[in-house]
Amino acid sequence: MSTGRILRLIARTGRTTEPLDDTADHGLAIRDGFVPPRALHGSAQVRHVDAGSCNGCEIELGAAFGPVYDAERVGVRLVASPRHADVVAVTGVVTQNMAGPLVNTVDAVPHPRVVVSIGDCTRGCGLFAGSYAVAGSVDDFVEVDVHVPGCPPAPEAIVAAFRKVTGR
Amino acid sequence: MIEAVGLDSGVIDSVLVIVTQLVLAIAVTPLLIGVMRTTRARLEGRVGGGIGQPWRDVAKLLSKEPLRAPGSTPVLTTAPILLVASSLLLCALVPLVSTLALASVPGDLFVVVSVLLLGTVALALLGLESGTAFGGMGSSRHMTIAALVEPTVLLSIYALSVPTGTSALASIVQARKLDPTSLLNPVSLLSIVALVVVVIAETGRLPVDNPSTHLELTMVHEAMILESGGRDLGWLEFGSWLRLTALLGLVVNLAMPWGVAADAAPLGLLVGLVTITAKLLVTGALLAAAEVFMAKLRLFRVPELLAGSFVLAFLSVSASYLVF
Repeated sequence: MSTGRILRLIARTGRTTEPLDDTADHGLAIRDGFVPPRALHGSAQVRHVDAGSCNGCEIELGAAFGPVYDAERVGVRLVASPRHADVVAVTGVVTQNMAGPLVNTVDAVPHPRVVVSIGDCTRGCGLFAGSYAVAGSVDDFVEVDVHVPGCPPAPEAIVAAFRKVTGR
Repeated sequence: MIEAVGLDSGVIDSVLVIVTQLVLAIAVTPLLIGVMRTTRARLEGRVGGGIGQPWRDVAKLLSKEPLRAPGSTPVLTTAPILLVASSLLLCALVPLVSTLALASVPGDLFVVVSVLLLGTVALALLGLESGTAFGGMGSSRHMTIAALVEPTVLLSIYALSVPTGTSALASIVQARKLDPTSLLNPVSLLSIVALVVVVIAETGRLPVDNPSTHLELTMVHEAMILESGGRDLGWLEFGSWLRLTALLGLVVNLAMPWGVAADAAPLGLLVGLVTITAKLLVTGALLAAAEVFMAKLRLFRVPELLAGSFVLAFLSVSASYLVF
């Protein structure tokens, strides 16, 4: 695309981000006794782990960081390494091959850390329950702090879960 | 009292200028990054994290205890400190607020490039330290780019130093401020363009490196710091940002030397502080806006870009002997 066309596109589009809705609770399940760590107030970096998802949740997670839902405005950013992260966002059932890597990833995140599980598969294995490839649900391997229900959950719900951590 | 300990007013003025520049660098750097990220977000139709987000990110990282892999060496802890120290030294040596010639500390072009290289080497060693494939790959790319960048930095500033007859950066900026006609001659324009390209490469901005990438295979800077977390990462981020402030500050002061103080008088320093802050933030916003229109260059095309900037710097040096 030429520079002129990009400029016109920018001028025509303006701001696409939708306002945050403070009233909806999106059915988030928060662990009893979970207090958002003080250090993560206003800023949290997220490492995403796909433990065996159908990619439905990935599309919604991608949308949550896109221009319309813009998770960055609540102080959240996706990072490329668990060492850089404060929050591990897990999607999908835990397959036999991903059980070890999931636990290792959570262990590689410096304290204080928070685990957010996204989608119905992370609690009770959803559609994939009983498959020979499934080792269990995310709760069986790591302690989940915030759970986002839905198959797949809406991007607003994912942003709302991150807001529980950053408080913005 | 002051005479009693053998300090003359020149040294006190130098210390005052250095302290002012360090305070400026530490205060303005997160703001500069915040302005750049917000500009980009707004042009993409997003709201973005806000101008204060880099502050919050660094404050959080510095409060987190790093988790280091078993078997890691002291390089993991010392490299971030070395990077921050070299970046702060860079901010002190480059004439950002005042061109007061520092008698005791040489703000020489060669000293500045060596200090720059110190931080580069610390980062490269850190990348190798983790022992992962990506870390080593990042270090090798980083050193390749550094090897192409350093000669251009030297040559382009050397071209500007020819009319002044000195390689002290402060004197070059001062001379250019006193003679505004020198700002628009071909020597100056060629070397400033060459310098802008190498500063973009050295600070890992688009189109040489993408600071917000998640694809390990395309990483340069990010690949080296993959294994650092918590406080270590906080220092690394801050050190890299300080380099951007120092280099961008040097370029804007060479291109537009207005407002830079010539001494350590309070009013002059205040004017210098305000003008350099405004110049940095405006240039940062322009740089971020330009990045929206760019894609990352393929790694094998980067040497072509840097060779192009080296040619500009070389032409600038040749022209400087014809003009003056």
